[in-house]
Amino acid sequence: MDKYRDLQKKAMTIRELTMKTIGHRGFGHIGGSLDLAEVMSVLYFDAMRVDPKNPDWEDRDRFVLSKGHGGPAVYATLALKGYFPESELMTLNQPGTHLPSHCDRKLTTGIDMSTGSLGQGFSTAVGMALAAKMDRRDIRVYSIIGDGESQEGQIWEAALLGASRKLDNLIAFTDYNKMQIDGTIEEINGLYPLDEKWKSFNWHVQAVDGHDCRAISLAIDNAKKIQGRPHMIILNTIKGKGASHWENKVSCHNDNNITEELTRQALEEMKEAEKDV
Amino acid sequence: MFELEDRWLRETYVDCLIEYAKKDPRIVILEADLSNAGGTKRFTAEFKGTRTIDCGIQEANMIGVAAGMNAMGKIPFTHTFTPFATRRCCDQVTLSVSYAGLNVKMMGSDPGVTAEMNGGTHMSFEDVSIMRNIPGMVIFEPVDSAQLKAVFPQILDHDGPVYIRLLRRNAVKIWEDGESFTLGKGKKLRDGQDVSIFASGIEVTEAMKAAEELEKQGIEADVINIHTVKPLDTDMVLESAGKTGAVVTAENHSIIGGLGSAVAETLIENHPVPMKRVGVTDHFGEVGKTDYLMDKYGLRAKDIVNAAKLAIGMK
Repeated sequence: MDKYRDLQKKAMTIRELTMKTIGHRGFGHIGGSLDLAEVMSVLYFDAMRVDPKNPDWEDRDRFVLSKGHGGPAVYATLALKGYFPESELMTLNQPGTHLPSHCDRKLTTGIDMSTGSLGQGFSTAVGMALAAKMDRRDIRVYSIIGDGESQEGQIWEAALLGASRKLDNLIAFTDYNKMQIDGTIEEINGLYPLDEKWKSFNWHVQAVDGHDCRAISLAIDNAKKIQGRPHMIILNTIKGKGASHWENKVSCHNDNNITEELTRQALEEMKEAEKDV
Repeated sequence: MFELEDRWLRETYVDCLIEYAKKDPRIVILEADLSNAGGTKRFTAEFKGTRTIDCGIQEANMIGVAAGMNAMGKIPFTHTFTPFATRRCCDQVTLSVSYAGLNVKMMGSDPGVTAEMNGGTHMSFEDVSIMRNIPGMVIFEPVDSAQLKAVFPQILDHDGPVYIRLLRRNAVKIWEDGESFTLGKGKKLRDGQDVSIFASGIEVTEAMKAAEELEKQGIEADVINIHTVKPLDTDMVLESAGKTGAVVTAENHSIIGGLGSAVAETLIENHPVPMKRVGVTDHFGEVGKTDYLMDKYGLRAKDIVNAAKLAIGMK
């Protein structure tokens, strides 16, 4: 099978598993989890050097989901990759779970950093890339930040330092779905022009369709060739992608009333969309 | 008696950093544009800049970067002034470091009144209180160079975050070189039967002076140097309080949330005895020399003497 088609198929599976995971619990950060499926597929099934049988392998690439509330999409990806059984996904946010709303490196096999307080994960990703560079280790650090998260000052503190230290081993993504809890990004506290902002911070910047695995994969390949600057790949995404009940609706950030029926409908839509891949 | 050491305490700290960094390649330092104040340029020169990250003026990012570096196997020692090491980056210390189970050593310099001419904005009376509330945090305030040298390797070996509250300038020499100290254990300075005085940092000298004055008045004080406010040496607190039946704490910090609170919490749950806290009483700082500020905030030996007599009177 064509590599990019395979990645796109994997993305569909990640989206379905994410939907099942959140749907089973009946509540969660649905919008900003569903829209990560394609980038997660490309990272874990193409770009990153990782070994699910050896999750603590010292020379593995690292991943920090700075927008930690997208945890369910990462858990779905890690399960699909074989870090833990898919059945464990159904323990999301159950008492004593290893899979909390926000990523936790102490609880979940395969999670490299605890995140949830926005802006913080990105600094830790910069620290990881710095440490790898300091020891000339052949390790890349991947990190996804949110667009709403980019309103945090800490993002730009980390951006300054990353560029200042020429961290070309850091490949970051912005999940640019243009929505946040209280409204659209531009209504609340606009980021436009986001690409120009990152360019002016001396980052190597690309913008791609965040639901096109081929485009994401090629952007990462491209980033790997550019030296001397950290990389920002802006993913133009649709919040709640793939489930019409939530897709592109500001209200989809967090839903506390996800019924079995809504979950079933969403999974049907996703199955249908899979046929087009 | 009570002579100042001939070197600034920060120089001993940097000596320790260099000595142990030569043996342990994991050690790196992070600054936020205060490497002059921290005295760490010597470290940077020793390792030709290869083990120093000066983040510039971004304390919150510095803590996150340090956490990420620890996740990659480094043991980072960060530095900024005490208020910026704690209240400025409280959430980063709490989540990126402690909640994430990471091992970052955070040195805060110029505690309390010793911030002197930087004044209220730089004068932290709440830093210990903030750090005490973070699960897993160890808080160490060395009283002099002998203590710092002895405890430094224990800080390094401790697999978890440590807040080092460090006087930058000359400390009063309290202990002889070679004296042994254990992180988390208090250290008895003087034996007495009538009142227990628990003191940290620059207040140790005041406590010793107070004990001398009390002796003249026929009162024998048990004086204990608490260098590790968390975890508190509760055994020693209870043993001494059980013996004397009256307690005074003395700290260069607010009486809310620091050493005084830690001792009070221990006593009230285990062995309630009369107690008085000497420290800053719900005030911001202001510019001034240490002497002026100690007078102003009631951090003097005479304040400890008065507190001791009040506590004894409540027995």
